[in-house]
Formats: sequence, structure tokens, C-alpha cells
Amino acid sequence: MSLKIKKGIPLIDQHDKNGMWGGKFGGNFVPETLKKPIEDLEKLFSKLRKDKSFIKERDYYFENYVGTPTPLIKLDNLTDHLGGAQLWAKVVSENPGTAHKVYACIVHCLIAKRAGKRYVCTDTGAGMQGKNLAMVAKKFGLRAKIFMGVRDLVRQKKNVDVMKKYGAEVVPVTSGSQTLVDAVSESMRYWVANCQDVHMVIGSTVGPSIFVKISGYSTSQISRELKVQLIEEFGKIPNKLKLINCVGGGSSAYGFWSEFIDYDKKHVSLIGVEAGGSKKSKLHAAPLSNNSKLGVLHGAKAYCIQDNDGQIGETESLSSGLDYPSVSPLHCFLKDTGRAEYTSATDEEALNAYRLVSKLENISPSLEPSHAFATAISLAPKLNKDTVLCIDSCGHSLKDSDIIKEKLGFYTE
Amino acid sequence: MKSEIQLTFENCKRENRPALLTYTVASDPNKKKSLQIINSIAKYADIIELGFPHSTPVGDGGQIQTSSNRAIKNGFKMRDSFQIANKFKKNYKNKPIILMGYYNMIYQYGENRFLKDCKKSGVSGIICVDLPWPENKDFAKKCKKKSINFIQLLAPTTTKDRVKKIIKDSHDMVYYISMLSTTGGKLKVSPKKILESYKKIKRVNPKKNLVIGFGITDKTIKSLKSADGLVVGSLLCKTITNSLRMRHNPVKKIEQIVYNLQKKVL
Repeated sequence: MSLKIKKGIPLIDQHDKNGMWGGKFGGNFVPETLKKPIEDLEKLFSKLRKDKSFIKERDYYFENYVGTPTPLIKLDNLTDHLGGAQLWAKVVSENPGTAHKVYACIVHCLIAKRAGKRYVCTDTGAGMQGKNLAMVAKKFGLRAKIFMGVRDLVRQKKNVDVMKKYGAEVVPVTSGSQTLVDAVSESMRYWVANCQDVHMVIGSTVGPSIFVKISGYSTSQISRELKVQLIEEFGKIPNKLKLINCVGGGSSAYGFWSEFIDYDKKHVSLIGVEAGGSKKSKLHAAPLSNNSKLGVLHGAKAYCIQDNDGQIGETESLSSGLDYPSVSPLHCFLKDTGRAEYTSATDEEALNAYRLVSKLENISPSLEPSHAFATAISLAPKLNKDTVLCIDSCGHSLKDSDIIKEKLGFYTE
Repeated sequence: MKSEIQLTFENCKRENRPALLTYTVASDPNKKKSLQIINSIAKYADIIELGFPHSTPVGDGGQIQTSSNRAIKNGFKMRDSFQIANKFKKNYKNKPIILMGYYNMIYQYGENRFLKDCKKSGVSGIICVDLPWPENKDFAKKCKKKSINFIQLLAPTTTKDRVKKIIKDSHDMVYYISMLSTTGGKLKVSPKKILESYKKIKRVNPKKNLVIGFGITDKTIKSLKSADGLVVGSLLCKTITNSLRMRHNPVKKIEQIVYNLQKKVL
């Protein structure tokens, strides 16, 4: 069966009645207890999307709280240094939450308020999701519980401190590999036991289909802005545009691309960069670029790092935010239809990219978008100046300052 | 022809007691011991649930997670569940054994191959935690064709309308989750309330065998004995963990516990 993307309909809505994209990815493989809360959320969300007052409120907070649009800047020095394609960055991290996670956190908190829930819970890897939910929940008067693997608690301590400052309860997760995958499991378990009072937020376009949709709906703001900014800058969408984004769960990439999916791929190409892990290790967190098998994790069918028996495989990446064994059904669909291409960058390549970008330019991407910069840096010299490479700088590096100092011997904000 | 599961419930009803179901994890603490455990449990339990452990069990609490991790660490492979079931059935010809676990394991094994091996090893039923209705429709049909019971779950959140649909598509046995919790949680709802919900479900189709699980221990089991069946799982997993820690033989400990559980519901 060949899969096809429909034009004129957001990708998040191109699923069947079972919540599956292309009949193959996504779905709702959840314990029975969660069926009703998920169905309630689906109904509420589809109602709110048509509700003008909801959209007005969303836009109000996007504009006045996040600050729209986040800047699109030309990276002149990097472009000159590499000598090839033009490099541009959309600095999504320039918002109070320093990452794209802020969009979905706002939308989820607005939904939670309307659902009459007083508590929200979520998973976090790099701590960006946790930090943003803690921040937004406080603003909206909701109590937040953040599940975070113990390994990430240590390596992303700066964000943990911020979560606590905002009054969130941070729950250390000690099961399994003690990283993002276990944090998601534990947050789901907490929701199973408390679904009547708690609104669960998933930190990316993963999980049961409604969470994929809400996350993608929220981050789409990024490409709505980008489209306007590109037209302002170039008078039209450039003839050769490549949108490069890191992919862990895939929410920032989907948000960066959503408005451009209908364009021909020769016109606007979409490049996802997964975490290749350390050069010295066989482990990685790149299911798409390593052709991992289809599997079911956290309620969704998607390509997933696993063994022959179906046990979820161990992952490894210096960037906690990309350290997830599976990936969004949306990206599986984009891969299989050939609309987007996926590659990976190693820890070392990401660090080198960080070094170069932060040295030459006045931006400081975290380790996650540094993966996207790594791919852009290797592509740019092979292309000519008519090609526009645009990178989503979706997170700020401050949370990684300890790791960067340790690995490179210095850190510049 | 009536299934082994159906015959077991009829037998228990004749004896005016609920069926006692136990859950332990295949290869916990290792393959040989887990077989010994179910062999000894079967003296007192009516239906044996054998879990195939998954690395990411989103519906399970700490006790079953610990057992699952232990089994995987000790080298559990999917084929071990069939080998354990097969050996068990040689000792207990008519005692039903049910395999329980998460869908990704069945999916990777291949649904058809999985059912073929279930049949070959004498497995009577399957519980798949994360394959709810209607996602389970196709697989449930395949099970029925092979005369294997696909056992669906109902939760306190399941709406009345949904209960009807699930029961309509169910085989001989249905599993009611007592409360909003992962497995092994403390019983936070009164047994009276649980039985009220239980009776409402029974009214939809009194003929379906409805068992209650989640939060059932030696302390709570007696108060729920009017149900068709009761499942005890986390308590047994915890017993294995504690026995290993104290360097006791988990087989003997578990046998003692299941013996006591049975006495409480007689």
C-alpha cells in the first residue's frame, strides 16, 4: 500500500477513525482505564478548535506571553565561513521558556482549565518540557507534577531548579534507563491512577493520537510565523529552501514544517536530524535514520528501537531531549511518504556545531538543535548561495552549560 | 465445546466460591523457578495467569515492574512463556493457563505465530493490557477462531455504552479493574463500592464470568468473594522480591500465600 499525504489538510488531521496515519502509524494502544479520559479530551479539543474565544485566548498568550514572532535571522558569519548556501535560523528559543515546548504547554493548560482540572502532569527529558509546564501552570493557577528520569535530573539540573522555583513537584523516575522513555511511562501511570483530577500533557508529538494532535497543533505556530517572515525577507518562499530541524519525539520539527508540507519537496525540502549518539558507541536515539522496526510504545505504533522480542531498546545521546527510542507517528508518515528525509548527527558533531555557531553568531543553541546545525554545516558548502538553509534553533544552551564546559572546556551563553 | 476457562468457572460456582486467579511473571526469578512457582500455586489456584514481561509496562505498578525487569535481566525470551506453559500443562491437564502482557510483544512475535504457539502449548486465554476495544477486534476474532479466550478488561472509567459493546464482543471471561490505579495500588475504593459496579456490569450479561483484579491482597480478598473470580498478582510478585532479598525459597513462600488466599474465599 502506498501512503499519500492529502493537500490542504493539516497533517495532524489526516488520521483515520482509529487515530492512525496512513492506517499504519499512531493509534490508541492504551489500558482500558484511559479510553474514556482520552475520548473526553478528543471531544473537548475538537470543540475548542472551533471555539473563537479559545483561539483568541491562545493567540493572546502566544503574542503577549511567548512573544510572537520569534526572530528569523541570517547567520552571515556562518554563511561566509562555510561558503555555500545561505544559513538562516529561526530562534524559537527566544521566549520566556527558552524552548518550543512553551506553545503546547499553553494550549494544554488552557484545555485543562476548560476541562475543570486543577492538576497537570508531564514527562520531561532535557527539562525544557518540565520547565515550561511548571512556568505556564503557575501562571494559570494549576498544580504541576513533572516526571523526570534520575539520569536526566543530574545532567539537566539547571532546568530542575527552575521547575522547583515555579513550585512544581519534580518526581524522580528510577525505573528502566532512568531517562525520557521512563519518564513518559511514569507520567502515564500517574494519569491512569488519577485521570479524574489530572490533565496529562505529553512533551512531544508522541503518545495516544490526541496527544500527537494537540502537540502538533500548538507548535504549528512556528511555521505560521516562519512563512510570513520568509515572504517579508525574500518577497516569496525561496525557490530552494531546506528546513532543518532536530527530531527526538518530533514536536518542534512538525511545528517548523507544518505550513510547508504541501509544497513540492524540490521547492521546500524537510530534513530531520536525529541523535546518532556517541561516535564510539553503537547506541543511538535515531529510529528513523537507522530503519528501526515498527513497534508499539506509549500508546502509538511508530518506528521504534527494540529487540526481536519487542523489548524497547536502550538509547544513548548527549542530548536528553532527543534521547527517546521511538518517534512521532507524524514523522513515520512523512518518512514513508518520502516528504521528509531523516539523517542523524553524532554527539561529537553536535558539540562541534555548537562550538562553531556560538563562536561566529550571537545565538547559543542547546545540544538538541545543535544536531540540526551539524547537518546544516555539512550541507552548506556543497550548495550554492541560491539555496536557503533554515534551522530551527528550538532550545537555548544554558541548560547544557555543564555538559558543554566538560566536553569543550568552555561555555559561552 | 465449552472452554477450560468456562468449565473452571462452572466448577467453582458449583462449589459456591469464586475462582482464584494468580498472576506471576514468566522467568521470574528465572525460567525453572517460575515453572516451579506456578506448579505449586496450581494446587490452590483455579486459573494461572502467566505474564510475559515487557520493558515498558505502562499499566503496572512497582511490584510487577520489578518482577518484569528481573525476568528480562535473567534472559527471558518470548518462547520461554510457551515452554513454561507447555510444561505446566503436562502436570495440570485441565487447569487453564492464561498469557498476559503488552501488545508490542505479540506484534513482534507475529499475531498468527503467537496464537499457533499458544495452541500448541495449551494456553487457554490471552489478556493484552494495551489492546483495548475496538483496537482488539481483529485479534480477538483470530483468538476465537483458534478457540482461545481473548479476555477484555473493563475499568471504573468505562462508560455504560462501552461496557455493553465490550461484553457483546467478549468470550467467556471479562476482567474488571477495581479502581483507578496501576497494578498493586492500595485498594482506595471500598469493597462495597467495587461490588456495586461489579453487579451493574454483571446485569449486562449475567452469563459472562466476571473477575475482579487490582489491589487484591490477603487482606482484601475476603470482602470481594461474591465475585465470579478474583485475581491476585502484585502480592505474589512482591513475595518473590522479598524472598530473594531474605534468601528464602520463593516457591515455598508463594505456595503458603496462595494456600491462605484460597482458604479466605472458600
